[in-house]
Amino acid sequence: MTALLAATPAHLTVKIAYLSILPMLALLGGALVILVWSSLLRRPLETVWITSLTVLAATAALVLSLMQYFDVIHHGAHVAIDGAIVSDGFSAFVAVLVSAAVVVAALVGDGWLQQETIRGPEFHVLVLVSASGAMVMGAANDLIVVFLGLEILSIALYVLAAFNARRRQSGEAALKYFVLGGFSSAVFLYGIALVYGSTGTTNLPQIASYLAQNYVLHNGMLLAGLALLLVGFGFKAAAVPFHLWTPDVYQGSPSPVTGFMAAVAKVGAFAALLRVFVSSFGLLRADWQPAVWVIAVASLLLGASVALVQRDIKRMLAYSSINHAGFILLGLQAGSTKGVEGSLYYLFAYSFLALGSFAVISVVGGPGDGRHGLDRYRGLARRQPWLAGALALFLVAQAGIPPTTGFWAKLEVLQAAAGAHSYALAVIAMLSAVIAGFFYLRVVVLMYSPAGATGDGAATGTIVDTVEPARAVGDEGEPVGVAPGGEAGSGAVALLEADTGESAEPLVIPGTTGIALALCAGATVVLGIYPAWLTDFAHQATLLFHP
Amino acid sequence: MVPGALFHFSWLKIPANRIDFLTFVFSAAIVLVGAVNVVRQRNPVLAALSLVMTLFGVAVLFVEQQANFLAAVQIIVYAGAIVVLFLFVIMFLGVDREESISEEPLRGQRFWAYLLMALTFVGLLLAGLGSRFGSGVPSVAGTLNDNPAHPRSATPDVVVLGKSVFTTYLFAFEITSALLVIAVVGAVVLARRPGAGPLAEEDDDEVEVEVETAEPEEVST
Repeated sequence: MTALLAATPAHLTVKIAYLSILPMLALLGGALVILVWSSLLRRPLETVWITSLTVLAATAALVLSLMQYFDVIHHGAHVAIDGAIVSDGFSAFVAVLVSAAVVVAALVGDGWLQQETIRGPEFHVLVLVSASGAMVMGAANDLIVVFLGLEILSIALYVLAAFNARRRQSGEAALKYFVLGGFSSAVFLYGIALVYGSTGTTNLPQIASYLAQNYVLHNGMLLAGLALLLVGFGFKAAAVPFHLWTPDVYQGSPSPVTGFMAAVAKVGAFAALLRVFVSSFGLLRADWQPAVWVIAVASLLLGASVALVQRDIKRMLAYSSINHAGFILLGLQAGSTKGVEGSLYYLFAYSFLALGSFAVISVVGGPGDGRHGLDRYRGLARRQPWLAGALALFLVAQAGIPPTTGFWAKLEVLQAAAGAHSYALAVIAMLSAVIAGFFYLRVVVLMYSPAGATGDGAATGTIVDTVEPARAVGDEGEPVGVAPGGEAGSGAVALLEADTGESAEPLVIPGTTGIALALCAGATVVLGIYPAWLTDFAHQATLLFHP
Repeated sequence: MVPGALFHFSWLKIPANRIDFLTFVFSAAIVLVGAVNVVRQRNPVLAALSLVMTLFGVAVLFVEQQANFLAAVQIIVYAGAIVVLFLFVIMFLGVDREESISEEPLRGQRFWAYLLMALTFVGLLLAGLGSRFGSGVPSVAGTLNDNPAHPRSATPDVVVLGKSVFTTYLFAFEITSALLVIAVVGAVVLARRPGAGPLAEEDDDEVEVEVETAEPEEVST
């Protein structure tokens, strides 16, 4: 073996800086260890062990990515493995975020798996592999590597969306996600091909240097490629008009998967989007900024306004995630270091809010994970004060109320937008935050209102509600009018009985989900009170942006 | 001496190698006949086999462009694997079912399809003729090996490809294995029966696992 290596010409061997890929190797390695271990045992491996191993692997990845970060601080950013991977503050930030998200997602998933009595290591393995894809996207230095990371991330997510085989919507969601996702991947790949055709390379710094050295006179193909790349990223990030899959998939997927999807898929897509557009195509800023402006405005307004009329909390949060995508695009639209910093901060804050919210939802959804009507949240605070408190915190933070991370995140991207003189965009964003605050707080009010003056069946979908003006506004579009009086009242009573019978069964918070909720809430509050830690981290990450 | 000398294509103004030209004509004909057959055949199996014919013709065209490796991959991957996959699906869905290719689920779809195809064809032709459409240079990337020290003829493309797979694209090559892991795990997840309750599923799992792992367990103890 050594003789063979010695005989190999030097230019054929690639020096591999392992530290730059160790975080993803930790996740992949953890997945393989779990798979092999569970297949060697006579009995199915206990979920507790699988979860512990997953958390261990993710913690190892977290530590390794922090080590990578300090290495970057001391020795500077560098490319590794012949320019396929870049190790800089940005990639370390993404790796830290993704591994922390995996810890939370594994804990929430554990609670859900036990509630559904699903055994086997597949859930955690898929979570780990999918997260490694997001990490690859954050560290990719070549469009082909970006594409592979995107595929690893999404194909595992398609399977995870279908994970609840007992629920028909789960399969439906997976199929929709798969078909549309496959289509958008093809679009993305075509974009890579066009960019390659017009610049002669897929390597991100080489694209940047080609564009810096050559003025592309006939840039139709280049711009078409850029547009297709934007479409591909926009799909994964759930930005309008590429958002059509979002509500159905978020609603149909198992709740912990939805949380993971909302957090990690967004992180991966936006990380690669920021790197590709700001660093490689930074010189074409004037060409892509208007397009991003339009997408951001559409996402902000549509996400916030359609979320107002949703009756299913998962659909509502799906539209809210579209709204958040618009906010993150604010940072990209600014196209500045400050913008990237704001987007990174926003991603960090939003990931934990999404994971936390969907963790609460998976508990409230109950066995079968099927009950997500907003009415199930009425009076939740009396039944489950901690659960309601946690959800209230996450929703308040998503609305952007201090002192939470959500507030600082919105502030950061708005500052970036103002710094880039896109005042109109900043104003629209603030407007959409006001609209969005309305539906977040509506759920909070619902949870803290007394259970049961009137009730309605989430299953029947009819809404009989005269108590809350807030709800009434949301229901204006409903052709079936609110009919106060005997008939509706008796119907309501009948439904109420069914409802109380249902909610009388105590909601059990699995211990692992409790830990996950505590982690998310802790991150939201502590980093909201001491925002400097995270802003410094994001700032350093952008300063150490490689090219 | 040259078989091509038997033919006189002077009206076509073919300057150089006639074998090249003949090969091109022949394989292009194969490609076209196969492609038309894919669309015209009523029997899906025959349509799939016509697709093999087209792909073989394209492989010959690749060889003619000295892209030997690409030709081999074309035959192994497309003609070998993908068409076999098509055939599997066709067999599963029933071979005896003949598609009626004359009915139109959408009104006028045939007309619009023809129009779209014609437009695409003309567009591609124009884009190809005006080769400066893209970026101002006819060929940006150059040949596969544009190192002037080693001209193209010196290194076969397999060597060049091998080099780039193990250098520039090493990471991409390796990380693809994660996709294979997902494929295996995903197939297991999607093929699993739902199971009505915890008990039924537990039983199921236990039996399967026991059968599969009896051997390694003995080895380890």
